[in-house]
Amino acid sequence: MMRHAKKREIPIWATKPAFIVGIIIVVTAILISFFPQFIAPYDPIEVNSKAILVAPSAEHFFGTDNFGRDVFSRVIWAARIDLQIGVFATIVPLIFGSMMGLIAGYYGGVVDNILMRIIDILMTFPFTILVIVIMTILGQGMRNIYIAIWLVGWMAYAKLVRGEVLVLKNAEFIEAARVTGFSDKRILLRHMLPNVVSSAVVFAASDVVLCMLTGASMSFLGLGVQPPTPEWGAILNEGRAYIMNAWWITFFPGLFMAITGIGFSLLGDGLTDFLRTKGK
Amino acid sequence: MNGLNYILKRILQIIPVVFIISILIFLMLRAIPGDPARLVLGEKATIESIDAMREKLGLNESYLVQYGKFVKGIVSLDLGTSLTYQRPVIELLRSRVKITLMLTLISTFFSLLISFPLGYYAGKYKDSMFDQIIKSGALAAVSMPSFWIGLLLMILFGVKLRWLPVGGWGDTFIDQIRSLILPGLTMSLLTSALLIRNIRNSVVDISNMDYVDFARSKGISERAVKNRHILRNALISTVTLLLMRMAYMLGGSVIIETVFSLPGIGKLMVDSIFGRDYAVVQALVMLFAMIILLINLLTDIIYSFLDPRVKF
Amino acid sequence: MNKLLEVKDLQTHFIMKNEVVKAVDGVSFTIYEKETFGLVGESGSGKSQTCRSILGLVKKPGKVVGGEILYKKQDVVKMSKDQLRKIRGHEISIIFQEPMTSLNPVLKIRKQIFEAFDRTDMTKEEKRKKSIELLKLVGIPSPETRMEEYTHQFSGGMRQRAMIAIALASEPNLLIADEPTTALDVTIQDQIMQLLNQLKEELGMSILLITHDLAVVAQMCDRVAVMYAGMIVEMTDTFTLFSTPRHPYTNALIQSLPNQKGANERLEPIHGAPPNLADLPMGCPFHPRCNFAEELCRTSRPELTDLTPTHQVRCHFLNKTVGFKGTFTPDTKQGGCDGENS
Repeated sequence: MMRHAKKREIPIWATKPAFIVGIIIVVTAILISFFPQFIAPYDPIEVNSKAILVAPSAEHFFGTDNFGRDVFSRVIWAARIDLQIGVFATIVPLIFGSMMGLIAGYYGGVVDNILMRIIDILMTFPFTILVIVIMTILGQGMRNIYIAIWLVGWMAYAKLVRGEVLVLKNAEFIEAARVTGFSDKRILLRHMLPNVVSSAVVFAASDVVLCMLTGASMSFLGLGVQPPTPEWGAILNEGRAYIMNAWWITFFPGLFMAITGIGFSLLGDGLTDFLRTKGK
Repeated sequence: MNGLNYILKRILQIIPVVFIISILIFLMLRAIPGDPARLVLGEKATIESIDAMREKLGLNESYLVQYGKFVKGIVSLDLGTSLTYQRPVIELLRSRVKITLMLTLISTFFSLLISFPLGYYAGKYKDSMFDQIIKSGALAAVSMPSFWIGLLLMILFGVKLRWLPVGGWGDTFIDQIRSLILPGLTMSLLTSALLIRNIRNSVVDISNMDYVDFARSKGISERAVKNRHILRNALISTVTLLLMRMAYMLGGSVIIETVFSLPGIGKLMVDSIFGRDYAVVQALVMLFAMIILLINLLTDIIYSFLDPRVKF
Repeated sequence: MNKLLEVKDLQTHFIMKNEVVKAVDGVSFTIYEKETFGLVGESGSGKSQTCRSILGLVKKPGKVVGGEILYKKQDVVKMSKDQLRKIRGHEISIIFQEPMTSLNPVLKIRKQIFEAFDRTDMTKEEKRKKSIELLKLVGIPSPETRMEEYTHQFSGGMRQRAMIAIALASEPNLLIADEPTTALDVTIQDQIMQLLNQLKEELGMSILLITHDLAVVAQMCDRVAVMYAGMIVEMTDTFTLFSTPRHPYTNALIQSLPNQKGANERLEPIHGAPPNLADLPMGCPFHPRCNFAEELCRTSRPELTDLTPTHQVRCHFLNKTVGFKGTFTPDTKQGGCDGENS
């Protein structure tokens, strides 16, 4: 058999078109959310009584809503809030949950036991139900959406990281560090954390989608972002009353949300793949 | 231990969970700022009725006594009166639970119908064009907001094609089924996507197992290989996942029922939150919790029957 | 002796996006009635794929791309799915290496035996009777109750016995045993091998035994083919192979056998790594590990040549390999290719 010509060194990420698409979508979404004023042609909350429920045209790409507001501008500005929800609702549980998992897994004992029991019980309940119950207690509003998602979200990370810590606890280099007499804090932060955090971060990439969709759902139900603030779920909720004659109010914000969601999912899938191949 | 003992054991295990959940729900109403009696009765309640309610809830007594009364109320199905509807909460639930249950069943049915063939053939023809399309579709489905999909289906089949009602609940059975088709489809989308992934991966893994080749080497038909060996084994994780998803569908019902204006318990939940109808909210949370626990129990039991390797 | 199975120039390749792995590359051999034929080689030498090819069980992306497999003069490769199904299980059966993963975990043993009767018109009672008989035959105690159990309730050895029972259910003429004892304990290995030998005699079938263990070959086989990198490098009767091996690879394998009674007390492992099938060296695939390799071995691939009518070797320098001492272990089968000796 012929010897193969040596393959050119291609970075792994470049061989995964889905991952690249994910990155492009996410980066674009982030750029839009940072600079909506350069893209949106109109003020997203400016009412225009002369252009009510106008169909998509060159003037209004995505048409206008029942107040004559430009749907395209609203959708663009909404990216900022939705991405914010997706990212911040994920980051806090990521950090707090990972810490809890790290500590619970490392020290073990009764506290760990009780904590994990409670998490197991609560996690049998659907995310949406838990968030809604907390929203009931806290009342509606943006701030409360964050709090509700934080309160529920950290548990998954705690469980994930704890599992990894339990495996790692008996690894030789941790033993070595312990024998050397390093403090627990040093072992946890310097030795454990870097090794367990990657799977939590990968999980977070897809968790952004869940958080974003949950936040949007709450706003859609009217529990979250209040009008006239542009947010995809809230716009959909407002447009719902007009689906008979103005489909564009509901169609476009959902489309943007779907594309952003797909972008983060592709990113998450790609990262999971890397983690798996790295582990081999 | 035999199967019956196992079931008994699982039921016993649930008791402390029910206890913890009841405490959490008991605390829920007291965690909301304001007087619980006023919360239950609403802003316009008179001083007298509030005092009466305080008496009934035992708010002047210790938390322990209050909790006892709370549990007694649940056990005797005396869940209080709805502020909005001015009817006993239990009556309200009775008429609405059926709708959500039907919705869940229909979307379970759709999920099975969609996911089994698609998942099986995606797995069988792994890495083919078909597989790629199915995989991308499943990824898209889990990344999209369900309420948007619901609205799109509504626009297409309700507004443009006029095949199905845009929303609401029918009077006759046929009408009711018709009004459940679009919400059922919407709800099944996410579950289908997750099931498809699961079935596909199971089929890929199982097809590579030696026992499938060994079965084939006996000269049995491909149909028997597929049904008795590949699908029978794939069924274990798939049914487990599906049952777990049914619990999540209940969560989804809150949104889907709002989109399609279906008067089920999901919509009741949202309405009650807005109407500050806390007696109803409290009863609903308890109901959701119980249904979910029941589903989990069923999942474990069914799983132990499906997989002979489970030790009782 | 009647020919039962004739494999002619079999080529089974795995065709992937950027490479082709020639797992089986031009293998020819014949199995006669009532004989045990051994196929020996390291893992990755193509022996398993050869036997999978016979039953059309090569996994994707593998495919039989050339050659013929004549079973009673009919070409299995060209058969329709339906014809192949008549061969599978009824004429040729197979048992796999891993008893742990080769039985369906969610079906009772009874169901898995019954499956072998799928195409017969036996009644349930007849199937039951036959199954019990089979389980008894392979030495499973109290078969009436054991057949109602699942595989996880069986030990490894018992599973292998159950698998043999299933494979024998339709009284095949040829049993392919793909490393049937590799996953088992040594004591159980011996039991299973004895069982196979005994069944062969009782049922008058042929066995194609795939193994990496020359000791097993010595104990079981009438004739042997040694495979390396998808090709047969030496093929002859067992006695000849052990007494006068002529391929350097065969010789190295024999020298690496433990507890042999020879001058050499020291075990000699074969140096170098097994070849990468996707990237075989030019010339003789064994040359990087061969002590006798010369320039010719690096550039040209040797053909399988007849040393005697019953001894084929694939080597350029047969004159150098005359002196191989070989060995026989006490239980080496004596005799030729006819298998009448035991």
